Amino acid sequence: MATANAKIRVPEKAKKGEIVEIKTAITHDMESGQRKDSSDKPIPRRIINKFLCTYNGAEVFRMDMQPAVSANPFISFFVLATETGKIEMTWFDDNGETYTSAAQITVE
Amino acid sequence: MPQSRNQAFTMNRRRAVGVLGAAAGITCAGLLPGRAAATPAEADALMKTLTGAAAPSEGKVKLHLPQIAENGATVLMKVTVDSPMTANDYVKVVHVVAEGNPLPAVASFHFTPKSGKAEVSTRIRLGKTQNVHAVAIMSNGTVWHTKEEVKVTAGGC
Repeated sequence: MATANAKIRVPEKAKKGEIVEIKTAITHDMESGQRKDSSDKPIPRRIINKFLCTYNGAEVFRMDMQPAVSANPFISFFVLATETGKIEMTWFDDNGETYTSAAQITVE
Repeated sequence: MPQSRNQAFTMNRRRAVGVLGAAAGITCAGLLPGRAAATPAEADALMKTLTGAAAPSEGKVKLHLPQIAENGATVLMKVTVDSPMTANDYVKVVHVVAEGNPLPAVASFHFTPKSGKAEVSTRIRLGKTQNVHAVAIMSNGTVWHTKEEVKVTAGGC
């Protein structure tokens, strides 16, 4: 599989106290471990098992994923804009790799 | 006669389509070797382990799912919970369980007061027509449950 390619959409600016939507998508097969290949051998499970969003280092939203999450997982969730800073997303792969993507938000 | 030949061709094509369909069905079943679909009892047991001792009440949490999902491999799901999301009163976690999937656990969403509102969208896999359950655990320890039936045309195996 090619390297996971993460895309995130975070508003650049927000008013203090505004609830902003964050959209994320990452390319990943999310191989469920339930399938067999052409020679009837089970294909080993390899999914992203966890997603974490932090806002200036503090956890805002976290998702535990099971094989029932579709390939190329898409997540949309909300964050309360409190202060100017960095919003960072991390995806945790079954094989131990992590993928990160971050954005800056200005709160007025 | 050209017309009858044409008819014969149509018949053949129909048969061919039928055979292909059947083959696809077999492949699909073959793709789920380890486990058949979970039972509602297994899903209930899983929800009990996830929620602990507290008995769930109906309400507050809502699952937004299509009534009919043509492709079980990607079903758009939105979960919302009625909560003010303040430091004293917020949604801690929402667990989603699909009772007809080979593995009933789907995902768990952990919120914080900094989430602003308890709402999340994602795409999930559904193996067949089934009930999807959501249980929300609030910061005060109360547990809320809901379920939605989704008719799945082509299983997402």
